Amino acid sequence: MFNCLEVIQRSALKTAENAEKITQFAKVLNRRFINSPALLGVLCACALNIASAQTPSQFQGIGRTATPAEVKAWDIDVRPDFKGLPPGSGSVVKGEALWEAQCASCHGSFAESNAVFPPLVGYTTAKDIASGKVESLQLGSSAPTRTSMMKVSQLSTLWDYINRAMPWTAPKSLSADDVYAVTAYLLNLASVVPNDYTLSDKNMDDVQKRLPNRLGTTTTHSMWPGAGTATGMVGMLTKPDVQGSSCLTNCTTDPRVVSFIPDYARDAHGNLADQMRTVGGTRGAKTAAIKEDKKPMAAVVIAQAAPNSVATAKLTSADVMPTLQKFACAACHGIDTKLVGPSFRDVVAKQGNKADASAYLVGKIKSGGQGVYGQIPMPAQSISTADAQQVATWIVQGAVK
Amino acid sequence: MRKNRFLQPAPEGFLSQEQVKAMHGGRRGFMAGAFAAAVAAASSARGQSNPAVIANTAGVGLGDPNILNLPDHSKGLGQGAGARGYGVPSVYEKNLQRRESPGLTRVSQAGVSFAPLQGLFGIITPSGLHFERHHQGWWDIEPDKHRLMVNGSDDAMLKKPMVFSMDELMRLPSVSRMHFIECGANTGMEWGNVAVPTVQYTHGMLSCSEFTGVPLRTLLDLCGADYKRGQFVLAEGADGSSMTRTIPMALIESGEVLVVYGQNGEMLRPENGYPLRLVVPGVQGVSSVKYLRRIELGDMPYATKDETIHYVDLMPDGQHRQYTSTQEVKSVITSPSGGQVLLDKGFHNVTGLAWSGRGKVAKVDVSADGGRNWKAARLEGPVLNKCLTRFNYDWSWDGKPALLMSRATDETGHIQPTYTVLRKLRGTRGIYHNNAIQTWLVGESGEVGNVQLS
Repeated sequence: MFNCLEVIQRSALKTAENAEKITQFAKVLNRRFINSPALLGVLCACALNIASAQTPSQFQGIGRTATPAEVKAWDIDVRPDFKGLPPGSGSVVKGEALWEAQCASCHGSFAESNAVFPPLVGYTTAKDIASGKVESLQLGSSAPTRTSMMKVSQLSTLWDYINRAMPWTAPKSLSADDVYAVTAYLLNLASVVPNDYTLSDKNMDDVQKRLPNRLGTTTTHSMWPGAGTATGMVGMLTKPDVQGSSCLTNCTTDPRVVSFIPDYARDAHGNLADQMRTVGGTRGAKTAAIKEDKKPMAAVVIAQAAPNSVATAKLTSADVMPTLQKFACAACHGIDTKLVGPSFRDVVAKQGNKADASAYLVGKIKSGGQGVYGQIPMPAQSISTADAQQVATWIVQGAVK
Repeated sequence: MRKNRFLQPAPEGFLSQEQVKAMHGGRRGFMAGAFAAAVAAASSARGQSNPAVIANTAGVGLGDPNILNLPDHSKGLGQGAGARGYGVPSVYEKNLQRRESPGLTRVSQAGVSFAPLQGLFGIITPSGLHFERHHQGWWDIEPDKHRLMVNGSDDAMLKKPMVFSMDELMRLPSVSRMHFIECGANTGMEWGNVAVPTVQYTHGMLSCSEFTGVPLRTLLDLCGADYKRGQFVLAEGADGSSMTRTIPMALIESGEVLVVYGQNGEMLRPENGYPLRLVVPGVQGVSSVKYLRRIELGDMPYATKDETIHYVDLMPDGQHRQYTSTQEVKSVITSPSGGQVLLDKGFHNVTGLAWSGRGKVAKVDVSADGGRNWKAARLEGPVLNKCLTRFNYDWSWDGKPALLMSRATDETGHIQPTYTVLRKLRGTRGIYHNNAIQTWLVGESGEVGNVQLS
């Protein structure tokens, strides 16, 4: 009861309230404390307080009404009840073509790849589709990973996420029909819909009823702030499920160390001596031999390849980063780490000492390629020759950071 | 070289000729260099950090060359004001960086960098060291062009949907509050066993700032929100991922949820959501949506990607807990901690952080014997709601192996559990919301390691 009053007073003092809101509070309180005249007295006092507090209308000139076109442009979410789902449709077959062109390079042709992101599809069965609970999520399951299809309980989630965030380097570029098609293809890979299926706003609800893990979630727990019982949807419990001990003396018998970092993994996070402050009561443990500052491989290559070439100002990553970001090169190529494609330094190592490296790379950037560094294709880029030339020059000069 | 009347030759055998020369030259960092060399010789060797007396062959005490030889900075002219328009840390502090954990994510645009908790003091995280979690890369967004829209899941949810510019949001009455942000997956790598070596990687998806902004409630009021029907709010980012999360209405109505533009006295850093983010105190960081572009008031939770596929907690019975949001009571000793080496036996200040998504920290106990016996640590002020609290504990190390642990209790009476207790209920596959007691093993060498106990 105290908390409730406190909330009202806080509301009155700190946040703006309009008259309608006061009425709402009164209604709520009447419902809850119908037999409490004393409380109603307090409520009246609050109401007066609210009336004299700052009201929203005093924030003159702040904000304006959103136009319908603006709301339409940004309100793209799709809820579990499919509110927000635009009309449209897409077939499994169309989805497969879109997938190969725009999704497979990261997720694999069958959404099974673990190379860039965790796998999307796998380890769900016909039995799961019937039961609505994925068996491979049970303890002792032999599934080596948890795929998105194992976990997802709402079909709206798949549609909404693909629509808002995919493809990775060009989010929000798919049409609604494309999103239906890609979603249909994913569902087909998990045998939720047949090969000849066309997914649409009309049958999403039917497919929801076949989602393998549709019954695999619970919202009953104590980790949703506020009274979950008010909505009956989330939270519901107030008492934490796990509680520690307040014991102070002779609490345990001999504690045994059962898990620690093995010696062979001491340097898995690099040399810890370089990650700790060098003043104070401690120093960092030396966990790896200190490596010499290696020149980028590229610099070595360049020095060998063109010792007498005319010295030009060397490009650094800062020079090309706007281009690398604009054309999303950096999404697949790290400077010295392999991502989807080879690192730029790998390209330097392979191509940097060839006489025609620069022209070769401009060609590759513009027209794409496959098979030089692996089977994941690089798509052709709609990039100007000047921009491609700058990136190629930077690479040939050693892809300097 | 000008003769220094306090300077006398060092004894042979203790210092090399080069070191003697360096000492004669009054070179800065001389002892630090000698110490580093000693550490390099034996990786875990402890050393004397304050070699007060260097005896000569006759055994007569002389003193520390760092005192006896005046350093350059005492004898010369330093740098001028304004030399750096925006100051940066000392060159001697370069080891404290945000770092990724190798192999955790394969693409840094969907990656994590961890805050170096082992070297931080007090409760505020310097903005440049705030941990990072991006879902589709970070941006530096032009504030003039950034907008915040507030709309409803249907037309009746609000009297009117509204749009706010940054200029308008910054004209509204502002509040400044200190809160932690902890990723729901913080300590997630350790559910099954020890996986990472230092507190940076075990607990570094945790940071704390003073945030400045406007209560979200103010904006919903301006739009004429129907709080009776509107039980849930969707927050949406403007980045490529357009991050979405369902925000608990109770925290909005209490005025706790803030639409934030300020962090530690300046604007948000781009990596932390410049120019506008949500801050949902006490709730896992993913809900504090960065690059905030839209708020939608609705009557059901939204089952977004990070509420249905990720940020769901797998329980031993194969069910996923959905919408688990509260970051429960937790603490960790930040020094001495994994990967550090104690310089010597004797007194050490054991220091750490405690926090709870349910309110204030009430108590922190520390054990140096693996949890057999516990004593209360000192809580340093201020102790604030849903904010990091610094604790300190006096400890004298006798050179024998020790198991250091901390255990927090929050104002609701919730006590941080051991791994044994936590796993008994939640298993080991949860990824999220691991708030177990952390144990550091101090070995005889002085090196501290990350361990888990039975």
